[in-house]
Amino acid sequence: MTTTVAPAAQRPRRRPASVNVRRTRTAWLFLTPALLILIAFTLYPMVQAVWLSLTDYNLIRAAEFVGLDNYAALFADGAFWNAFGNTVLYAAVVAPVTVVLALAFAILLNQRFPGRAFARTAIFLPFIVSLGIIAIAWAFLLDPNIGLLSYWLSFVGIVPEQGWLTDPRFAMAAVMMVGIWKNVGFYMVIFLAGLQSIPVDMYEAARLDGAGAWQRFRSITLPLLSNQTLLVSVLALIATLQAFDQIYVMTRGGPFFRTETLVTLIYREGFENLEFGYASAISFVLLAFVFILSMVQYGFLRRRQVTY
Amino acid sequence: MAVTALPGTTTATPTKRRPRTDGMHRAAKWLLAITSILIGLLTLLPIIWMLFTAFKPESDIVSYPPTLWPRELTLEHFVEVWERIPFARLYLNTIVFAGGVTVISLLFDSMAAYALARIPFKGRGIVFVGILLLLMLPFQVTLIPLYDMLNGLGLTNTLPGMIIPRMTNAFGIFFLTQFFLSLPRDLEEAARVDGASEWRIYWGIIMPLARPALLTLGLFHFQYNWNDLLWPLVMSSEVETSTLPAGLSLFMGQHVVEYGLLMAGSLLAMLPVIVFFLLIQRSFVAGIATTGLK
Repeated sequence: MTTTVAPAAQRPRRRPASVNVRRTRTAWLFLTPALLILIAFTLYPMVQAVWLSLTDYNLIRAAEFVGLDNYAALFADGAFWNAFGNTVLYAAVVAPVTVVLALAFAILLNQRFPGRAFARTAIFLPFIVSLGIIAIAWAFLLDPNIGLLSYWLSFVGIVPEQGWLTDPRFAMAAVMMVGIWKNVGFYMVIFLAGLQSIPVDMYEAARLDGAGAWQRFRSITLPLLSNQTLLVSVLALIATLQAFDQIYVMTRGGPFFRTETLVTLIYREGFENLEFGYASAISFVLLAFVFILSMVQYGFLRRRQVTY
Repeated sequence: MAVTALPGTTTATPTKRRPRTDGMHRAAKWLLAITSILIGLLTLLPIIWMLFTAFKPESDIVSYPPTLWPRELTLEHFVEVWERIPFARLYLNTIVFAGGVTVISLLFDSMAAYALARIPFKGRGIVFVGILLLLMLPFQVTLIPLYDMLNGLGLTNTLPGMIIPRMTNAFGIFFLTQFFLSLPRDLEEAARVDGASEWRIYWGIIMPLARPALLTLGLFHFQYNWNDLLWPLVMSSEVETSTLPAGLSLFMGQHVVEYGLLMAGSLLAMLPVIVFFLLIQRSFVAGIATTGLK
C-alpha cells in the first residue's frame, strides 16, 4: 500500500511538511472503510429520516412533501400519546428500580462469602442472553394455566383474572419485571467496579471515628459512587426508552395497547402499516429523548476522574 | 442490613482487633451467602425453567399444577425442533450474521481507531466528534430509511443486507480508540525509526497488544448481533432468511402453545453465547465495568 512512499522514508533529511502530508493520507486510508459505511448506512439514512418525516411516504405510494403534517397528526393522535405515556411510565419505574437494585446487589456481592461468584454470574447472565428468546420462557412462566411463576404468585394472592399478559392491569408490570431482570446485572457490574476503587482505609478511618454502617454508606460509598450512579442512571434511561424485545414477544403491545411503547409503535406504523413517513416522525421524538440523555452522559464521561 | 460496604479487595493490613464479634461475623456471612445464592437462583429461574421444560414430555408440560422438576425426561423436542422449524437454517443464518459482523467490524473498527489514536493528522478532532455524535443516535431512527434503501437495492431477506450496514460501529471505534490511546508509544516509535509502515505497526504491534480489548469488543459485537431481534425482524419477512430470535418469536406467534418445542429451540439458540461468555467472562466483565456504554 505505501510502497511508493517507502524510499523517501530512508532519505536522511526528511522535510516535516511531507511527513505530515504522508501521515494524513495514511490516516485517511485507515479511516476509509469505516467512514464509508458510517456515511452510507448511518449518516445518510439519518438525513433521509428527516426528509421522510416531512412526507407521506409509504412503501406503495411515492413520497410527497407534506411539511409538518406528520408532526401535527402525531400530537393529535391518541395512539401516539398512549405509546408516549407508556414509555414514560415504563422508564419511570424500570430505570430507578433497576439502578437501586443493582446498587444493592453490588454492595451485597462486594462482601466476601462462599457462593459470591455464583451469585454474581447468575445475576449478570440475563444481560448476555437474547431478550427476544428468553422472553418466550418468561411468557411461559407467566402462563395462567401451566406457568410456574403465575402458580407460585397465586400463593401470595396475586392472581390476575385474565392471566398476566392478557390482563390490562398486569401486562405492563410483567414486561417491566422482565426489563428489570435483564439489565440489573449489567449495572451491578459497573457499581462493583466503582466499589472496588474506593480505598479501604476510608472505611477503616470512619469506623475508628465511630461511624455506623449506614453512616459509612451515606458519607463514603454513595458520594464516591456518584460517577457510576450518574452513568448507570443515564444508561438505564436510554435503554428503557427503547424497550421493544420482550414487549414484542410477550404482548405485541397489547392488551388494548397497554404495553405499546414508542419503539413498538414505530414498528407497527412502519412495518405493519407501512407508514414510513409517519413512523419516521415518531422516531424523532425518541431521538430527542435519547440525544439529550446521551449528551448528559458524554458530558460527564469527559470528567470521569474521581478525586479522593 | 448489608450496607457495610467493605470492598472485596480485602484489607492489606492484618486487622485482627475484635475477636468478640467473630461469631456474629460468621453468622452474618452465612446469612449473606444464603441470601445471595437464593437471589442468584431466582434470577436464573427463566433459564432453569427453559432447561427443564425442554426435556419434559408434552403431557408433563400441560399438567396442573406446574412443577419445575421434570417427572419424566425426553429428547423428543430436540428432535422435533429441527423438523418443525427450519432450525438448521436459522442457526446457520445466525452464525453467518453474528460471526460476519463481528469479524469485519473488528477489522474496520480497529483500523479507524488506529488512525484516530496513533496518527496525528489534520481533521482528527472533527472525525472523532462525528463518531461520538453517531454514538448517541438511537438505532431506531435510521431503521426505516435503512430498510427502504436496502429494499431498493434488493437486499432485504438476504444475509449481506443484514451484515453490510453493521460492518463498522461507532461504539467499536470509540472503544478501541480509548484503548489504543492507553498503549505506550515507545514500541512503535522504535519501529517507525526502523522505517516500518503504518500498516505494519498497526497489524504487527498494536493489534497483538490490543488482544484483550479486541476479545471484549468481539464478544460485545457477537452477542449483540446474535441476540438482536428488531433488525432481523425488520429485514426478513420469511423464517428462512431470519435469525434465531426473530425466527423463534415468529414461530411463537403462530403456534402459541408448543412450549416444549420452543424451549428446546431457545435453549439451543442461547447456548453459544452462554458458552462464549463463560469462557472469557473475566475480560468481558472487566471491559463492561470500565466502559459501560453499549
